[in-house]
Amino acid sequence: MHSIVCVKEIPDPETPASAFAIDPTAKRAIPAKDKPPVTSPFDEQAVEAALRIKDAKGGKVTVISMGAPSAEKILKHALSMGADEAFLLNDPAFDNSDSTSTAYVLAQAIKKIGQFDFVFCGRQAGDFDAGQVGSGIAEFLGIPSVTLAKKIEVQDGKARVERAFPDGFEVVEVSMPVLITVSNELGEPRYAPLKGIMAAAKKKVPVWNTQEIGADASKVGAAGAKTNMLKLYIPVRESKCEVIGGENEEEMAIKLALKLREVKLI
Amino acid sequence: MSDNKGVMVVGECADGALASITCELLGIGRKLADNIGEQLSVALLGEKVSGAAKDAVAFGADKVYVVESPMLKDYVTDAYVNAMENLCKEAKPNILLMGQTPMGRDLAPRLAVRLGTGATLDCLDLKIDPQTKLMVMVKPVYGGNALAEVVCEKTRPQIATVRAKCMEPLPRNDSKQGEIVTFDPKLDAAKIRAKFVERVKEKVEGVKLEDAGIIICGGRGMGGPDNFAPLKELAKMLGGAVGATRPPCDNGWVPATLQIGLTGKIVCPNLYVAVAVSGASQHLSGCSGAKNIVAINKDPEANIFKVARYGIVGDYKKVLPPLANKIKELIAG
Repeated sequence: MHSIVCVKEIPDPETPASAFAIDPTAKRAIPAKDKPPVTSPFDEQAVEAALRIKDAKGGKVTVISMGAPSAEKILKHALSMGADEAFLLNDPAFDNSDSTSTAYVLAQAIKKIGQFDFVFCGRQAGDFDAGQVGSGIAEFLGIPSVTLAKKIEVQDGKARVERAFPDGFEVVEVSMPVLITVSNELGEPRYAPLKGIMAAAKKKVPVWNTQEIGADASKVGAAGAKTNMLKLYIPVRESKCEVIGGENEEEMAIKLALKLREVKLI
Repeated sequence: MSDNKGVMVVGECADGALASITCELLGIGRKLADNIGEQLSVALLGEKVSGAAKDAVAFGADKVYVVESPMLKDYVTDAYVNAMENLCKEAKPNILLMGQTPMGRDLAPRLAVRLGTGATLDCLDLKIDPQTKLMVMVKPVYGGNALAEVVCEKTRPQIATVRAKCMEPLPRNDSKQGEIVTFDPKLDAAKIRAKFVERVKEKVEGVKLEDAGIIICGGRGMGGPDNFAPLKELAKMLGGAVGATRPPCDNGWVPATLQIGLTGKIVCPNLYVAVAVSGASQHLSGCSGAKNIVAINKDPEANIFKVARYGIVGDYKKVLPPLANKIKELIAG
């Protein structure tokens, strides 16, 4: 089995709201000083999904990322978790991509890599939360897609996928090759063992640009984008909290109950 | 693209009736359609959905496309994308709206690429720019820390999915007239590569979180599974539901299905009582739709107080028993 996993480097989503800042002109977040960028959490789970297939059926795992040169770090992280090879897609022409042009670039890179059984993506990136790139890649590749997976098994040449739903799950059987987006219900990604970290440090990560993936320049980056962000802003939340005071917790609790009754919330 | 006209909603039915998200989409769809002076239509896809067509008219649709096929019985990506591709090529909508549901979030991005246009998912608000007449889609990004306003300028339809409970449905109007037409989706079974096997529902005690008017939510500060008991009691007393932030779910104190937040459930209750919840942004993005938040937390600097209407700075273990007693007394009296 050959799985290709798409990963994205994002500002650490655990950055506290108080340290979160944006550049309204560039329309992106300013990374907090003491918080280095990380692999988008759902993408780390996508790597885990691919490694579980490799554990069960053998084969290899290839990881790709479209991003800045610094994204080599998250590709190395995937290698240290157990992936076999990695490619970085980097070209100034990829700047200001939307979901469509991102999906196109990743699909072109996947075509260049060649034969595969699975493509895995996170269900959405932890920065823009667009949730579209996976399905878009599948459409560009002309292969089926299953989103929001929490469990994937290979049976009789088909993939049996459990999709996480708000009130349970759904089971779908699909032919391969297939693109699957992974949800957090899949479970925790594995830690990178020290041996893996050392092996990954020695591996080279080739970098591919527009020409090297055979992409049409009019379909990448801003040129290929179908949507356009007009504005990015932090919503103003006026702090209007009425703090219920009192001598002790009991008094506060009683005053709160009376208040909630007064404003008809209970 | 100039001949693309009208706002179309992709409807969803549950047990033959129109889903609440579809009524909400018809509400916002009506506003958008009236603003640009175009028609509002709804596409109902399924095996047998014609029964819901009149309801769709009563909730605001001018036209209903009944798209029936045995292949549309359960949601399967290829079948729904192919059916909507054929319908969009025929009806040529200017704007296409779906719910941010398991269906909408799967269908919208794939259909957008198929039709050569763009989509924006999980919108909280939709409006028409007075100058350009484009639909401006407002969506949360960076885990709800920021909002983005997005447009789809050059291609049609402009596709958006909308989060549940963000839009008001119109009051039902049974005297409203509308056209109901059937549309043959011309599906080819050979082009449907996935098969729906089954749907497994997990049992929920009491009220579902998404439907609850009152939610009592416990955070990391709860410290363990036993401490959730008074929360459950309070919720039961108020006819509400219990939820949790990520740490109690990750630690196995409560089932993962109770998680509220970016990676859990998105809730919009009238009253949200956050007990020992710090207010991490990924959690707030799941409960920011709550109309009234009450925070009980030891730490006066906790982020949750920034979004709360009422707060108590104190130990929840000392607050909850007298609070429950007093509430019991008040609702009994």
